[in-house]
Amino acid sequence: MHEMSIAQNLIQIIDEEMQKHEVHKLNKVKVVHGQLSHIVPEALETAFEVLTQGTRMQGAAIALEEKPLRAKCRECGREFSPEGDDLMIMTCPYCQTEFGHEILSGKELFIEEIEAE
Amino acid sequence: MEQQISVARDILEKNDRMAEKLREIFHSKKVLVLNLMSSPGAGKTTLLENTLKALKDKYRMAVIEGDVQTNNDARRIEATGAQAMQINTDGGCHLDSSMIQKVLNEFDLDKIDILFVENVGNLVCPAEFTVGEDHKVTILSVPEGDDKPEKYPLMFAESTAVLLNKTDLLPYVEFNMDRAANFARSLKEGVRIFPVSAKTGEGLQDWYAWLTEQVQAKK
Repeated sequence: MHEMSIAQNLIQIIDEEMQKHEVHKLNKVKVVHGQLSHIVPEALETAFEVLTQGTRMQGAAIALEEKPLRAKCRECGREFSPEGDDLMIMTCPYCQTEFGHEILSGKELFIEEIEAE
Repeated sequence: MEQQISVARDILEKNDRMAEKLREIFHSKKVLVLNLMSSPGAGKTTLLENTLKALKDKYRMAVIEGDVQTNNDARRIEATGAQAMQINTDGGCHLDSSMIQKVLNEFDLDKIDILFVENVGNLVCPAEFTVGEDHKVTILSVPEGDDKPEKYPLMFAESTAVLLNKTDLLPYVEFNMDRAANFARSLKEGVRIFPVSAKTGEGLQDWYAWLTEQVQAKK
């Protein structure tokens, strides 16, 4: 729901990286987000498009890759991916333990790479 | 010549870093910081008024108030004798670390035991942002309905304590305490549930006892 401010942060970081690498035109940015990162991909795409109007990033493609939620049971140590609509209820399918599992992946929201010239 | 540049940077690094900085400051000054969240009208400010009056001789407390508009809540807090700073987000739906950092200089943290951050009334967004707090506390009031933990899971999954407020209205509305409490428990292991009425005073002693535990733990 905060895709506008996420897009602002995204653009600021890309700007820094473009300056660092002395490139002037952004062609593509690849963002990785976990299932539990609470972003709506279409909203982020739209926000990015809107905020890059009239900048050197205008027209750049934004690719969003979703990483599944992966947990490691704190009791039996087995890895599993919580299913269904209720991702927040993480019951281990092997031993039924309900809480305290280690989240291996699923909360990320990062810029993997950019393509620029 | 097109380059493929590896970045590997967290998009939310700015807020995360600021939150970490705040956490360190609060840790070094031994201030207990609580992030109070709820729907608009669930009773955050009234609960704070009660808490500030009840514990004023025991702890030094201050409040950061978050609202879209007005300083109504800051004025209510000040009327209890405690210091309050009002943040107006002018449309923003939650408080974040940079907003807290901007007003922090107004407080003498050496002279504060508990800093309450009363977040913007909202059962969705505040859960996603940390302000350097020790605990998030969510207030759900009886007239809102007992299925809110199911419908707004992130708020409850992030909260160490949940207050079920306005128990004085139980005779007048449909609200099953067990249903609300059980769902909150299924989202957060070890969550402390406090049925309270800020109006009648019911249950508040247990809330004050929990606060006392947390202050001791921070010192």
